[in-house]
Amino acid sequence: MIPAAFDYESPASVDEALAVIAGAGDREVKVLAGGQSLIPVLRLRMNAPDLVVDLGRIAELRGVRDDGDAIAIGAMTTHDDVTREPLIRQHALLLSLAAQTVADPQVRHRGTFGGSLAHADPAADMPAPALALGAEFVIAGPSGRRTVGASDFFTDLFTTAIGEGELLVEVRVPKHTGWGAHYEKFNHVAHTWSIVGVAAAVRVEGGTIAEAKVGLTNMGLVPIRATAVEQALVGQPATADAIRAAAQNADQGTNPMSDASADEDYRRHLAKVLTGRAVLAAVG
Amino acid sequence: MTAVDETTGAKEFGQSRRRKEDARLITGRTKWTDNIVLPGMAHLAMVRSPVASGTIASIDVADAKTSPGVLGVWTGADLDAEQGDLPCAWAVTPDMKHPRRPAVAAGRVKFAGEIVAVIAARSAAEARDAADKVIVDYDDLPVVLDMNEAIKEGTPLVHEELGTNVNATWIFDSGEAGTGGNVDEAIAAAHADPDSLVIERTFRQQRLVPAFMEPRSTVVDPTGEQLTVWSATQVPHIARFLLAVVLGISESKVRFIAPDVGGGFGGKIHLSPEEVATVLIARKLGKPVKYTETRSESIQSAHHGRDQIQKITLSAKKDGTVTGLKVDLLADMGAYLGLVTPGVPILGAFMYNAIYKIPAYQFKCVNVFTNKVLTDAYRGAGRPEATYAIERMMDTLANELGVDPLALREKNWIKHEEFPFTSVCGLTYDSGNYEAATSRAVELFDYEGLRREQAERRARKDPIQLGIGISTFTEMCGLAPSRVLGSLNYGAGGWEYSAIRMLPTGKVEVLTGASAHGQGHETAFSQIVADQLGVPFEDVEILHGDTQITHKGLDTYGSRSLVVGGIAIVKAAEKVIEKAKPIAAHLLEANVADIEFDSGKFSVAGTDKGVTIQEVALATFAAHNYPEGIEPSIDADATFDPENFSYPHGTHLCATEIDTETGKVTIRKYVCVDDIGTVVNPLIAEGQVHGGLAQGIAQALWEEARHDESGTLTTATFVDYTLPTAADMPFFTTDMTETASTSNPLGVKGVGEAGTIASTPAVINAVVDALRPWGIDDIQMPTTAQRVWKAIQGKEFDASVGAKDTRDGSHEAAPGNGAPLWSGNESGGAQ
Ligand SMILES: Cc1cc2nc3c(=O)[nH]c(=O)nc-3n(C[C@H](O)[C@H](O)[C@H](O)COP(=O)(O)OP(=O)(O)OC[C@H]3O[C@@H](n4cnc5c(N)ncnc54)[C@H](O)[C@@H]3O)c2cc1C
Repeated sequence: MIPAAFDYESPASVDEALAVIAGAGDREVKVLAGGQSLIPVLRLRMNAPDLVVDLGRIAELRGVRDDGDAIAIGAMTTHDDVTREPLIRQHALLLSLAAQTVADPQVRHRGTFGGSLAHADPAADMPAPALALGAEFVIAGPSGRRTVGASDFFTDLFTTAIGEGELLVEVRVPKHTGWGAHYEKFNHVAHTWSIVGVAAAVRVEGGTIAEAKVGLTNMGLVPIRATAVEQALVGQPATADAIRAAAQNADQGTNPMSDASADEDYRRHLAKVLTGRAVLAAVG
Repeated sequence: MTAVDETTGAKEFGQSRRRKEDARLITGRTKWTDNIVLPGMAHLAMVRSPVASGTIASIDVADAKTSPGVLGVWTGADLDAEQGDLPCAWAVTPDMKHPRRPAVAAGRVKFAGEIVAVIAARSAAEARDAADKVIVDYDDLPVVLDMNEAIKEGTPLVHEELGTNVNATWIFDSGEAGTGGNVDEAIAAAHADPDSLVIERTFRQQRLVPAFMEPRSTVVDPTGEQLTVWSATQVPHIARFLLAVVLGISESKVRFIAPDVGGGFGGKIHLSPEEVATVLIARKLGKPVKYTETRSESIQSAHHGRDQIQKITLSAKKDGTVTGLKVDLLADMGAYLGLVTPGVPILGAFMYNAIYKIPAYQFKCVNVFTNKVLTDAYRGAGRPEATYAIERMMDTLANELGVDPLALREKNWIKHEEFPFTSVCGLTYDSGNYEAATSRAVELFDYEGLRREQAERRARKDPIQLGIGISTFTEMCGLAPSRVLGSLNYGAGGWEYSAIRMLPTGKVEVLTGASAHGQGHETAFSQIVADQLGVPFEDVEILHGDTQITHKGLDTYGSRSLVVGGIAIVKAAEKVIEKAKPIAAHLLEANVADIEFDSGKFSVAGTDKGVTIQEVALATFAAHNYPEGIEPSIDADATFDPENFSYPHGTHLCATEIDTETGKVTIRKYVCVDDIGTVVNPLIAEGQVHGGLAQGIAQALWEEARHDESGTLTTATFVDYTLPTAADMPFFTTDMTETASTSNPLGVKGVGEAGTIASTPAVINAVVDALRPWGIDDIQMPTTAQRVWKAIQGKEFDASVGAKDTRDGSHEAAPGNGAPLWSGNESGGAQ
């Protein structure tokens, strides 16, 4: 299908982009990152913005840098880069592993880390790992930059803390160097979205789980931190039995939907099974 | 590539040549219809009904008409006088109900996705913009979706004017036909006999979307003497004829061209509403027009496949001998009849008895209208449904009797030495060797080893359970002997046409009426011609898909291209040689009777004098020196009408693992040994098998077209219609046995549909086999993880299941628990 007509700008810097958006006045603006969610929406004419601002030429939004106790990932870093970047693999392996499960190689080469987080699809694979690792979201707007914590970023279905006229520019992810990680994705066929996904990062000390972070994909309108599981894991031996027992808490505080791909009860069950598997794989 | 078969002299037959058409097809640098751009061409967009059943209260096209770039807007009412009635070629019964099918609905819509208005504009984007500005008010009418409901008294009607939702009832009864016994008597006898049993099951064939890669596209040029239509179609010849009928114009005024076509699987066997609408608008505008559907439009409005409810009753002796088979079908036509819609179930009617000697058989099919897009042929068309039902029943019977399902099949199948064999449907299976294919498959599969592992996993209640599924299939393809089609009231024959043009340079142009849409005809046919005429493979050009190049043909479907079209080519080549012989004799100053032809050379018997076919072609072209009384031409054509269908067969074995914690089904091993007779190009044949397997496995595990209660298709994108990709497929172990067909000179059989027909029951039999410890004996397709998980919830796991003692004591225990496994050793005909 063909999108409705729109104007198109491709600014070369974040400041220029913000100015273009601010200058649009009453016209509806949509920001284009990798286009892997936006273009289908436009083609199906579920949305018809007046102006599309393409971030593709903004070099400063792409790439990863070491930022002390965190790594900073540019919003326009592609899923494929997230799977490969040595800094990410070293300090936030969970993100690399999750990105590897997104769709197919074509989509991963176009789709971006920032676009996935800004889009906030409940079935998307990147939000839960970002939440689990306690990422901070750097948002630029007309009045400067602000940083939003992970727990405040995902506010509702397809909705985030990014306001009108603002851009997500960078995601700071605290270093989890040496942590074990795993993303357990469950879907119908390989190129489709998660029915349920579980992101787990675990630090094991002498056979005991010292710290655990678990995020759930598609168990509610927003990604959810499985805090009950995390608490139950800490201090437990890194054994299959202990982990499976802790994973029984995985659906606590969740609010999964019944939809065409799965019923609520099945999702709740899956969350427990997959959490056990994710944590077990993460401890290695 | 140049090894010569010592016995036949064939250089090309049997060579795994890579397909010469692939470079252009894969890169897309070729003539896809949508790539065609003509000067001044206009573009169409369709306005489609979002409601499944209703009347059009009003259509407001004022805004659309003034939208930028718009050249015109037409509603169904505007076109109704000239749009005619889209034809169905198969009146399955004399009293079949046949609703009128307009290209553009006027007044009444009958499925969601039906076209209600057409926009023409200078660009596709402008056409789309204008389409969004058409405002249609519908008065909703009750929606009929469920087949069982549809046939009940008092249910609203899809077509009020027909007075019923039943399209036709078609029956085959072996007792009445004189080809077998009376099935009701067989079943009654089994009920009365303590040494017999009767089992009854109901299976559901879900709706599927053919999902060809290239969406349908049509370009029409109305200028000039002939109307020229380029279209992504499998059937340019049939479409040309039908278009002439619909428009009431002479066939000679229509040129239909199928350029390169990206897949079909049956989904492009039609004259479509979109094609007719494009022609009508092109004629009105007097300029070229293009319409290309979107993927969602394609999923919504191109025909679907399958959608049947099958009630099967099977009677057998407790020693495993099947005594009767009765089939009661409900088949969903959807809202209209396409080219062969009502005949699809009937293509399956003759295949429920499959490879077995079943003495009494009855098939009854009730075709039903519903408010859904029509169904029609989809890879296998009728035969996958039949194969599924019988192969599921054979596994069910084996389980009831506690015998190995392969042994049970062998007990009933036609033995190699019994061919040719006339089936209970009256078909003559010309050749087959089920023992050989099965032996090879069992060997490749490690049947015994996997059965052992299955028993171990059951015994320890492993979270991963293993199931083994079998499908020993045959099918009838190579459509079709014309007289048989006539006896079934089909509106056309089943022959195929070919012509060979010998160019002065010795190059060869081969015309065929079988137009490829991805199968590799150009390569396989070139190999055949290279051998027949003894010319280099590279010197052969295959021309197809244009009714002005190949004026006649019956196109590509039903695994017919090689076994019918390929044989027509052989016949034409034989004529070329016969025509060339007197000229060669003349050139060699010899008697025609002494001329021998071998590997491209005419020679005088017993001498070393000879002339090549290329030299004869040049001499004939120059025509300076040729015999009196004959024409200076060695071109020839042939029309081949097969005397029989083609009966490929094979044994497919599937092992599935079921993750009992999530319900996920994974194919652990898939082995198939197909027998498609002799093989022209093993690489292409294997490709057909792989693709076929993927589609059959997809029906078992993933695909389903679903509607909500208002009749809206809820799986209209590939996000919701879960089409698998290579990433979801297991590695296939494929092999072939070669039992040459005795019905054609090459010994070949069809392969295009085999994988799809065979694989679905193999997978589901494996899934059910894994679930038997929970007392599960059937599961609906597609077997999604959730469906499997829900099926085992709240059920007891009984590891000893299947170990139940069998009544006659001849089998100690069931498979996986020590019962004698099929080894193939006792089957004399093996190998
Ligand atoms: C076939 C297919 C399969 C897919 N499967 C999966 C899957 O399995 N798992 C998965 O997680 N994803 C999947 N995706 C989605 C993919 O990951 C997308 O890349 C992602 O959802 C959006 O990223 P994008 O860069 O393409 O963003 P775009 O599509 O360009 O934008 C998405 C939205 O975010 C907004 N946006 C983008 N960047 C910014 C920014 N910097 N600041 C503010 N707003 C911004 C846009 O305005 C738009 O509203 C799939 C996509 C396709 C086409």
